[in-house]
Amino acid sequence: MNFAVLQFPGSNCDQDCVHVIKNVLGHSARLVWHKDNSLAGYDAVLVPGGFSYGDYLRTGAIARFSPIMHAVQGFAANGGPVLGICNGFQILCEAGLLPGALIRNRSLQFRCEHIYLKTATFDTPFTSKIPHDKLLRIPIAHGEGCYFADDATIAKLEANHQVLWQYVTAQGELTKMSNPNGSIHNIAGICNEGRNVAGLMPHPERASESLLGSDDGRLIFESLVNWLNNRSKTKAA
Amino acid sequence: MKAKITITPKKAVLDPQGKTVQNALEQMGYKGIGSVRVGKYIEIELPGTDKSAWSKQIDEACHRILSNPVIEDYKFEIE
Repeated sequence: MNFAVLQFPGSNCDQDCVHVIKNVLGHSARLVWHKDNSLAGYDAVLVPGGFSYGDYLRTGAIARFSPIMHAVQGFAANGGPVLGICNGFQILCEAGLLPGALIRNRSLQFRCEHIYLKTATFDTPFTSKIPHDKLLRIPIAHGEGCYFADDATIAKLEANHQVLWQYVTAQGELTKMSNPNGSIHNIAGICNEGRNVAGLMPHPERASESLLGSDDGRLIFESLVNWLNNRSKTKAA
Repeated sequence: MKAKITITPKKAVLDPQGKTVQNALEQMGYKGIGSVRVGKYIEIELPGTDKSAWSKQIDEACHRILSNPVIEDYKFEIE
């Protein structure tokens, strides 16, 4: 499988994404510069974390107008899987590929720590291989990770099972204390209606090897690879 | 001409920055103040004198990029 990892001025988690896809999962990953126009030949797109355009104006506000984002819109419209991580999630929300917005952490602190995620929905390309009772221990590193959307949007996301991950305690309980940034309903990650575009604030690419303290994040990438493999089998049949 | 644009967080959006500033003002002795909202102010230099043509464009720019309609309100004047 061929993964495109987008690279904007200020992206800094791009190399980690490439490393996980190539060296941990054994698939092809290439950096795609934000001024490129095409995603031809790619099976999946990762929008990595960092501080694209210095977070100027609003996080992700300027990156979403980069030339490559036209191709991402087309790729997503055709059902291609797109995963935004941290700044990538912010960019996808600004681009309208995901609903809602990410705002300043309620505590006003930049939170850099391991958190626990409960997977709320398993029938997406990003969650299908996660064992149902498993909590994912994954690091966050963000100052603007508070997920916000109006009441109608939140209700719709929940009714449609578009909330993918929520912040919980180590015992799996949804509490205020387990929420590092004030996100509504402890939402850490969501997907679109078509279920092919997803975003999350935590960094699974920093938790894909046990050497780094946790390899729970790998399950997200493995879900995606599994979905791509199944899709190509269906196409070939 | 100059476009003067003010962008503020929507009322429904929690503004912890505003709350922090409010607390700081109260601690400094400014008693009895109400809520504080912290926003952004942008100035854009514009050519020519056609206010109404630029007004349309600035409104569009505010909606498309300068503000995020999910979380922010904007207002502007051109002078």
